[in-house]
Amino acid sequence: MADMSDLVLDVKNLRTVFFTNSGLFKAVDDVSFTVRRGETLAIVGESGCGKSVTALSLLRLVPDPPGRIVGGSVTLEGTDLLTLDDAEMRAIRGNRISMIFQEPMTSLNPVMRIGHQIVEAVRLHRNMSAKEAHDLAIEMLRLVRIPEPARRAREYPHQLSGGMRQRAMIAMALACRPALLIADEPTTALDVTIQAQILALILDLQKELGTGLVLITHDLGVVAQTAQRVIVMYAGKKVEEASVEALFAAPKHPYTRGLMASIPAVPASDVAPQARLNEIPGTVPSLVRLPAGCAFAPRCKLAIKRCQEEYPPLADWGGGHLAACWRAAEVAEVA
Amino acid sequence: MTEALLEVTDLKKHYPVRAGVLRRQVGTVHAVDGVSFALGIGETLGLVGESGCGKSTVARSVLRLVEPTSGQIRLRGEDITHLSKTELRPHRRSMQIVFQDPFASLNPRMTAGDIVGEPIAVHGLASGKALEARVAKLFEQVGLRPDQMRNFPHQFSGGQRQRICIARALALEPRLIVCDEPVSALDVSIQAQVINLLIDLQRQHGFSYLFIAHDLAVVAHISHRVAVMYLGRIVEIADKDELFRNPRHPYTQALLASVPIANPHAKKIAPLVDGDVPSPVNPPSGCAFHTRCRFAMERCKTERPALVDAGVGHQVACLLNEGTGRSQ
Amino acid sequence: MLVAERRMATIDYDLELKRAGANATGGWRRVLFLARRHVLGAAGLIIMTVFVFTAIFANVLARFDPLTVDAAHALARPSAAHWMGTDSFGRDVFSRIIHGARISLAVGLGSTALGGTIGVIVGLTSGYLSGWFDLVFQRVSDILQALPLLVLALVMTAALGPSLPNVIIAIAIPLIPTVARVIRANTLALREQPFVEAAKSIGMSEVRIAVRHVLPNTLAPLIVLATAQLGSTILTEASLSFLGLGIPEPYPSWGRMLSESAAEYVRTAPWLVIFPGIAISLAVFGTNLFGDALRDILDPRQRG
Repeated sequence: MADMSDLVLDVKNLRTVFFTNSGLFKAVDDVSFTVRRGETLAIVGESGCGKSVTALSLLRLVPDPPGRIVGGSVTLEGTDLLTLDDAEMRAIRGNRISMIFQEPMTSLNPVMRIGHQIVEAVRLHRNMSAKEAHDLAIEMLRLVRIPEPARRAREYPHQLSGGMRQRAMIAMALACRPALLIADEPTTALDVTIQAQILALILDLQKELGTGLVLITHDLGVVAQTAQRVIVMYAGKKVEEASVEALFAAPKHPYTRGLMASIPAVPASDVAPQARLNEIPGTVPSLVRLPAGCAFAPRCKLAIKRCQEEYPPLADWGGGHLAACWRAAEVAEVA
Repeated sequence: MTEALLEVTDLKKHYPVRAGVLRRQVGTVHAVDGVSFALGIGETLGLVGESGCGKSTVARSVLRLVEPTSGQIRLRGEDITHLSKTELRPHRRSMQIVFQDPFASLNPRMTAGDIVGEPIAVHGLASGKALEARVAKLFEQVGLRPDQMRNFPHQFSGGQRQRICIARALALEPRLIVCDEPVSALDVSIQAQVINLLIDLQRQHGFSYLFIAHDLAVVAHISHRVAVMYLGRIVEIADKDELFRNPRHPYTQALLASVPIANPHAKKIAPLVDGDVPSPVNPPSGCAFHTRCRFAMERCKTERPALVDAGVGHQVACLLNEGTGRSQ
Repeated sequence: MLVAERRMATIDYDLELKRAGANATGGWRRVLFLARRHVLGAAGLIIMTVFVFTAIFANVLARFDPLTVDAAHALARPSAAHWMGTDSFGRDVFSRIIHGARISLAVGLGSTALGGTIGVIVGLTSGYLSGWFDLVFQRVSDILQALPLLVLALVMTAALGPSLPNVIIAIAIPLIPTVARVIRANTLALREQPFVEAAKSIGMSEVRIAVRHVLPNTLAPLIVLATAQLGSTILTEASLSFLGLGIPEPYPSWGRMLSESAAEYVRTAPWLVIFPGIAISLAVFGTNLFGDALRDILDPRQRG
């Protein structure tokens, strides 16, 4: 379908660990995925599953100490980012690969005008005069549909609303036309009507610019509405990967199925008032003392003895639908 | 409707905005601007709205943790709006709160057992062995093991901490529990556990919930009736099924359309409203939503629509089609 | 690829974990781990321990009575008998310094405890009640802090007359606003915490909330502050005694030992100046080092 030249990002067997005073955290454990031009890949999972550390690893921004990337490769447009020295990496960050964060207020410099922050980001990577960069900054603000961009460019972050700040962040992230944009819970801190605006904006811009997008989220609704492909992470491992349609039609991993069943739906008119939700029992495991077998086994209704003893391999269940579960074949029948 | 446990009439809470060296008042935050509703026994009223709409201030005013500027709060028929601290004390037993942040709402220096037992001790209802036994029973009720009573909050996960908060709220056998975004800080799989627990407890004890959340799905799931707030006012209130099947206020419609549906074949996100929520410092004149409304008319800028009945207990504050909120 | 492999291949997991303190759990292992990480703090702790030990066992450690005058051996140089020599009255300097530790410790602990206690009460009340009490407190503490600590203590002892309790009171009073301010700031932050709101919602009285919920959560910064202040109280006592307004004769105070000998004997019997000077410096240095390390360990803002 798509040839190799379309491949923007190729992550292979990425492993990132944290050395902490309570032991070794395997935050990202043997995770592989690819992103093509113009494609949206969603990484979904609950807190502590390693999705944010994965994002930071791509940018080589894992705080060291205590974190360290200990294995694998991150190939962006043919270059393995893990082999670059710091200066080479800085030239790529914000240029070929950009990131937007959950809380726009903390990622913007509070004492610097919005326009100036974009100008600075651009001039780091592009040989541009101040005037050209300024024009580009205003152009970017217009692109993210900030009304009166020339006036807004002169304002400070605190003068903008949460939604406007996230738009400004997106403008800054896209100013150098990166090949890959990583969005870590970009709408979690926003209200639902603003979330809809921002998601629509990100998708429009992606289509327009052909950027590859890695969208990190905990919200399956956001995944369904934005992504083409999804990987589900649990306790640092990729437990399932599929196209959005295949995943929502027939999840192969019991965890994915449990997650889908546990979210309340809107509108709930077809549900009797106060029907109990299907809950996943237990809590997310600590990353320090993971069981030898499948990390989800203690919470899994389908778990058998083998699940506790042996970690299941990622197997292809047809059409590139990968799942790491010994009982994936039975998941659909049981639940 | 069933007998009212809580009646709130024309509740207002205004905060002065001060600025400058002289701390002169330069404006007023209309956090809550005339909110009325009633809550029946054993009923759950969901209060939804975006940040800054005043839903949390309503919650805190009901509990008198915030002093309302004007209006009336009646609990079981008795006006508690102006009771002094000592007069209020017996009423405190019948209303409790569960907060959003299960990390900040537990004192890190107290054991879980002491935290849950504290309300009982403060009201002198039990002590010593009897207190311990009651706390152990509360722990079991919320799905925690009694041997966890000796642990400190940091030894629990987020979901377990929220269970401790719920146990503390239950300790005084209240009639009303105000839940202020009780699951929004929790992971998806844990959210379902806590929502189920809240539903089960209500079935056992028959108390009422005032359930505040920004997540429409969660509110839809747990509530009998739902009120939608925008900039300090209720714009629509109806039975849950009616509201979600037949939303009449353009804001409610926009809110519903904005929720991403976990089904890739369902319609893609359609932002029905532009722009941001205006500041509650100087809210727009007339209908506060007119600045973002698709159907705004000239009248909406000047006339403030009242909450009027549109049949089957469905109240809506909109001038479209003379108060029915219908666009056609 | 090669670079990456080389970088990754050299990771020694056990070493990295040891560095992060993974096996440093429980009692002594944790203490040893922290001591290795905060070497200066550990040094401070050792100095403080020696200081406290000396003060407690002064009677056993001192080789001579610190008050016994022996005119035959006046101004003797340091020797096997008198390790730090003798003063103009023939009193053994080593013994006087050992007993001086007692005075310094008593003044340091006494004034810190007194000033700390009052400071906590004032700070808690001020932060919790706010309103006019808070306003008055803030202005009074502004005034107190505008005056130099030493000058204030000087005026106090001059007014009260030099004696051990008076010196303690004089040093404690300027300490009150410093402690109260820290407690007040913490109280203001804690007052907004949901767990305090939860306590209100069950109908708990304000005093009980302040004592049960607010106070225990201010202990860490209080301990840090008290340790840091211990050094400066010892220094103030030495200064007061140096100026003749501290501990009265004949009790050995390091500050007065300095002042008695500084002018007259600094050339002829330098040991009379050097040893008390070293004692003061070491005690203050030790408490400061330990206080800094304690702040790093206990203060959550410094922790990752």
